[in-house]
Amino acid sequence: MQGLAFDIAHLLAGSLVLVSFLMIYQDRLPSLINVFALHAILLAASVAWQATIQNMPELYVTAMIALLFKAFVIPVSLRRMIVQLGIHREIDTVVGTGLTMLAGMALVALSMVVMLRITAMADPLAREDLAFALSVLLLGLLMMVTRRNAVGQVIGFMSLENGLILAAAGAKGMPLVVEISVAFSVLIAFIVIGIFLFRIRERFDSVDMQALDRFRGEQQP
Amino acid sequence: MGIATTLPCIAGLLALSVAAIALARSRAGTWIVYGVSLILSAALLVQGAQALLSGAETSLVLPLGLPWAGAHFLIDPLAAAFQVIVNLGAAGASLYALGYGRHEKEPWRVLPFFPLFLAGMNLVLVADDAFTFLVSWEFMSLASWALVLAHHRDPENRRAAFIYIVMASAGTLALLLAFSLLAGEQGNYAFNFIRIATPGPVTASAVLLLVLIGAGSKAGLVPLHVWLPLAHPAAPSHVSALMSGVMTKVAVYAFIRIIFDLDGLPEPWWGLVVLTAGAASAVWGVLSALMESDLKRVLAYSTIENIGFIFVGLGLALAFHANGLATAAALALVAALLHAFNHAIMKSLLFFGAGAVLTATGERNMEHMGGLIHRMPVTAAAVLTGCAALSALPPLNGFASEWLTLQAILLSPQLPQWGLKILVPACGAMLALAAALAAACFIRVFGVSFLGRPRTANAEGAREVDAWPQAALAAFAFLCVAFGAFPGFATDALSAVTLEFLDVRLPPQADVPWLALVPISAERSSYDGFLILVFIATSASLAALVVWLLGSRATRRAPAWDCGFPDSNPATQYSASSFAQPLRRVFGTTVFQAHDRVVMPPPGSTAPARITVEIRDPVWDYFYAPLAGGISFVAERLNTLQFLTIRSYLTLVFLTLVILLLVVAL
Repeated sequence: MQGLAFDIAHLLAGSLVLVSFLMIYQDRLPSLINVFALHAILLAASVAWQATIQNMPELYVTAMIALLFKAFVIPVSLRRMIVQLGIHREIDTVVGTGLTMLAGMALVALSMVVMLRITAMADPLAREDLAFALSVLLLGLLMMVTRRNAVGQVIGFMSLENGLILAAAGAKGMPLVVEISVAFSVLIAFIVIGIFLFRIRERFDSVDMQALDRFRGEQQP
Repeated sequence: MGIATTLPCIAGLLALSVAAIALARSRAGTWIVYGVSLILSAALLVQGAQALLSGAETSLVLPLGLPWAGAHFLIDPLAAAFQVIVNLGAAGASLYALGYGRHEKEPWRVLPFFPLFLAGMNLVLVADDAFTFLVSWEFMSLASWALVLAHHRDPENRRAAFIYIVMASAGTLALLLAFSLLAGEQGNYAFNFIRIATPGPVTASAVLLLVLIGAGSKAGLVPLHVWLPLAHPAAPSHVSALMSGVMTKVAVYAFIRIIFDLDGLPEPWWGLVVLTAGAASAVWGVLSALMESDLKRVLAYSTIENIGFIFVGLGLALAFHANGLATAAALALVAALLHAFNHAIMKSLLFFGAGAVLTATGERNMEHMGGLIHRMPVTAAAVLTGCAALSALPPLNGFASEWLTLQAILLSPQLPQWGLKILVPACGAMLALAAALAAACFIRVFGVSFLGRPRTANAEGAREVDAWPQAALAAFAFLCVAFGAFPGFATDALSAVTLEFLDVRLPPQADVPWLALVPISAERSSYDGFLILVFIATSASLAALVVWLLGSRATRRAPAWDCGFPDSNPATQYSASSFAQPLRRVFGTTVFQAHDRVVMPPPGSTAPARITVEIRDPVWDYFYAPLAGGISFVAERLNTLQFLTIRSYLTLVFLTLVILLLVVAL
């Protein structure tokens, strides 16, 4: 049982990293949102599996929240938003995809080295989990850095949060309250950024962050 | 008694400072605030004197401040000695301000901060852990900063306050670093833990240098003194008296507390560093004072000189202590402490006098005064006493402590290190030079402002100040004479401090015949201020009697002899800068790059010839100007970081994270 439990947890967390790579590769927003939904579903599955093997029913709540909000509510509303904004056909990257993929691989290697070195004493299950979680987190950050469009940055931010939740679920004994607050913070961030996007759009006719930067540049003396 | 009654008085001062916010705009506010300050600081003075004379230690821990550490308080003889110094000055300033403070145009800018300043200084003295110490230190700095800024409409005062706050912050940072070095790896900031843990020689030396910067910048050691001659005169005069006479002594206290009490056994070279800094400050301070004609600024520069004297005493004490010469160390330490006490009295007295002159004439520039002795006789007599004391004339108190310092210097051949053997007499020569120049400086101060004929209408219309300032002036002038005639009582009281840190004391002076001061042995040297006072008083009375008996009773006023010129103008008198001109020629041309420039009008023009004196401050030019330039250069380069795009900020965060992870991984 122990071996199988470990393997399945490993498989799910590894798939999360893989899907993170998929997200980096997507340069059109609708497909990016689809992949993000897949990311959230995998996260929910991974957290649910952790709930089973750690025998912690409250983790199911976390999994449900992830599934409900991140896999359905947020992707659906994001999709509506980009259709309303009329940016669903735009191509959005700053750095070339190949280069980003290479950087992503280096980051995964880095997080493996870091985690395997500093958690030598820990439970192997949590150890692998943490290494994958750190990879997901770094890939999310990488995506925020390489996207020009605000929507892409929001998705990068939320995949970063997914990495956090994965780490929290893997480490035994994280209280439910913390997880719920993390989940809701993401929700609120989503709402705020959503409203913000419409505001930017109203003023600049674009959600391209570079428009904002250009505007700030004009204000400089 | 002890700490249990001291803290309520300090709390009373804090409460008074809050109440003063409401009281400041009412008419009685000035009376209430300064009256209650006077009562509380007198109470603290009595308690300090009692604690010093009994030599008892009392301590207390209150659950304030950091929750796991609490606030530790302690009164030992050292704290008690400085409690006497601080509260003597505070009581005098409060008494003086009962009259002086009524001339304040905007009392709400002064009244709330005055008791806060007193409370801050008192709290520094009783603090027994680093946290309480630094918080009180900052209270002291910020309250005095607010007082410097009281007359904020003058742009020069704003500049002074800015330089002061920058230097004060840098000084506090140095003290903070010193305490964190002393606290060691356990990070225990209570002083009784730091006392037990002995730091290594490198750590201890680093602490010495940091404390020299931190406490030295507050005390006004060269080259950290630049803020002092700007900030001290900018404040209202009773606050100037406190800052110059008292706050610098709190810095001396901090130095003694950390170096003698907390920092373990000294290394021999420590004395060398402190001595050099002290001697340089003494000469530099008095030379700068001679170049200056703003009365309050002259006094501020003279503070730097006297701080130099005190630090020479402390440096000698360190050098003797490091070599196990405990008696000599005790002599040097007592000399430093006594000079700190005496200087607090003298400098407060002179700032009171300067404030009285400022009230009477509205002038701070000596070139606009003159002849004040006829219009302000009480102030003139008190200021003359103070000037004589600061010029170290016997039988006044300034002589007693400077004499003790020089006695300690004469013990330097006992030191084994050749560097110290050579340097200490050199420092002695510097001190002698400084003392002589100080005499010249104060002759100039008194002569130009109080003697001669009035140079301006303001000086001509001066009126004597009212009763409260006169009372403060008279009391402090009396103290100058009393502690000059009987210095033995002060040195006996201070022996509790040397017993605390050096385990020896000077021979008791109370039973020496004729109340003389015999620091080492009667064969070697002794000084009898009382006999000198009696001799001067007797001979002067006799001379006066003879003149009275033989001379004419009629008082005649005749025009001054003017070398045959009719209608002599008061501007033809010796002025402050012409009096200092020979010294400016001798020292100023090299030290300050002073240039006298005479601009003659072209032939036929009726314009007057003009003489201008250019003086540059090399410390400012070669130390602070490049430093400030470097800082603004770096700040300008870093300014671009304020205007990056959101994505660049994210990238910066991301790269930092990756680099930190790489550090962990490799």
